[in-house]
Amino acid sequence: MAYFKLQGVSKSFGPRSVLDNVNLFLDEGEFVSIVGTSGSGKTTLMKIAAGLTAPDAGGVFLSGMPVTSFPNHAAIVFQNYSLLPWLSAHANVLLAVESAFPAWTKQQQASQASKYLEMVGLGKAAEKRPSQLSGGMRQRVAIARAFAVEPRLILLDEPFGALDALTRLTLQQELVKLCQEQSPRATALMITNSVDEAILLSDRVVALGRGPAARLSAAVPVNLPRPRDPRALLHDEAAVRVRARVTEFLAAAGSKSGEAAAPVSPRSTSVPAEVR
Amino acid sequence: MMNSLRNFALSLVGITLVIGLWAMASAFWSADLPSPMKTWEESKLYIMQPLEKRGEMDQGIGLLAAYSLVRVAKGFLLGILFGAPLGLLLGASQLLSKMFDPVIQVLRPISPLAWLPLGLVLFRQSEPAALFTIAICSMWPTVINTMHGVRAIPQDYINVAKVLRLSPWKRFTKVLLPSTLPYMFTGFRLSLGIAWLVIVASEMLTGTPGVGGFLWQEYNSLIYSHILLCILTIGVVGFTLDRMMAFVENKLRTA
Repeated sequence: MAYFKLQGVSKSFGPRSVLDNVNLFLDEGEFVSIVGTSGSGKTTLMKIAAGLTAPDAGGVFLSGMPVTSFPNHAAIVFQNYSLLPWLSAHANVLLAVESAFPAWTKQQQASQASKYLEMVGLGKAAEKRPSQLSGGMRQRVAIARAFAVEPRLILLDEPFGALDALTRLTLQQELVKLCQEQSPRATALMITNSVDEAILLSDRVVALGRGPAARLSAAVPVNLPRPRDPRALLHDEAAVRVRARVTEFLAAAGSKSGEAAAPVSPRSTSVPAEVR
Repeated sequence: MMNSLRNFALSLVGITLVIGLWAMASAFWSADLPSPMKTWEESKLYIMQPLEKRGEMDQGIGLLAAYSLVRVAKGFLLGILFGAPLGLLLGASQLLSKMFDPVIQVLRPISPLAWLPLGLVLFRQSEPAALFTIAICSMWPTVINTMHGVRAIPQDYINVAKVLRLSPWKRFTKVLLPSTLPYMFTGFRLSLGIAWLVIVASEMLTGTPGVGGFLWQEYNSLIYSHILLCILTIGVVGFTLDRMMAFVENKLRTA
């Protein structure tokens, strides 16, 4: 049984249908990316997955329980960092730690926050306010805040969308490292507009057609060994195939609102041959 | 640098012009209006020995201003002590704000001269009545600005509170309060301005020692130059208070 499920999720704003019957099942420990062009309803989908917005139809389930508010033992990284500007980097992370581990001593909480800031290379900037940090550093703080609560489910909402290409590459590597250092691995759902980023990080990639009434494509498995090298992926045959399939769906969805695409269904029925 | 020097010179020209008009008015229009020179002569004692106490009302202008400032501080603190929590409540609850908005809109424009007698009826003593008046007149900008501050909390911060699953107390101290503080402080500053406006009225009617009380007594003793002395003092003190609050407010905004 899937650990994290989006089942028949539909959402409209007024007469405009944004998401139409979206289904996505994630196994425990799996990293799945949803690739979509801008305006395809990615953000809405993530808000629904996080329990911040209620869907019109369908539901979100974690370990079989419906998600109606942001779940426990979960974390999210937003595109716009969403750090509290009046708190230092350390205090921002600490706030999450205190809330996730209320039974710990103050000292344990503080050292947990420091540990994760050091893991993202911000040990020295711990006492700085977000306004004193660059975009890349802010997102590092946000990533540290997410991982410091030792989540079982991680939601990544275009986590590198606001960063320049070079910073993006470094942070992707750090994210890979953090994910691998977790044991057991957390389940992760990432939303991104970069097919390459999705291939680098994910076990499966799903494309979200362009709205209105966006639908998901069939899942494309990424059966590549880890760790993956972003440069090698550019020419790797399997990676090229995955990229082609995702891009094709996106292009088709762009030209005719999802009709040309494969029907929406959870992985197990859509591409049975490739189920691991 | 050149610019601020120029601005300073311009403001000196402005002040000189107004003093000139004042001198002309006293010379050609109202014989009872003391000239600037006469005002200075008769007020010199109060200004040069600002902390001298010669009698109940006959005191240096510094002391009188201090009495008034203490009274304003008490009334103002009382006002924001009620005003800020009220603003937080109204900002957080649509229901409460719909319930009380008409009441606030009606209470807000009431003059201190109207509140004071009610205060005297309620408290039977002039001092608490004065504080009551200052508090109830000055609290509204704090209430309204705090309310707007709470409503203006960016959705991002609200989401952070949700996804970190913060307790209600942490939500309040770590998200709501810091986010609202700059708005609140704008309210405090406006409230303090009003509190200082109200002081004269309340001291006049209660006859308590202070700038306003002194002003009224000197009017009754026909020493008109001291009225002008009091007016100028009230203006200068009010201006200084506002500058100080604006300074703190700026610090909060940039922080």
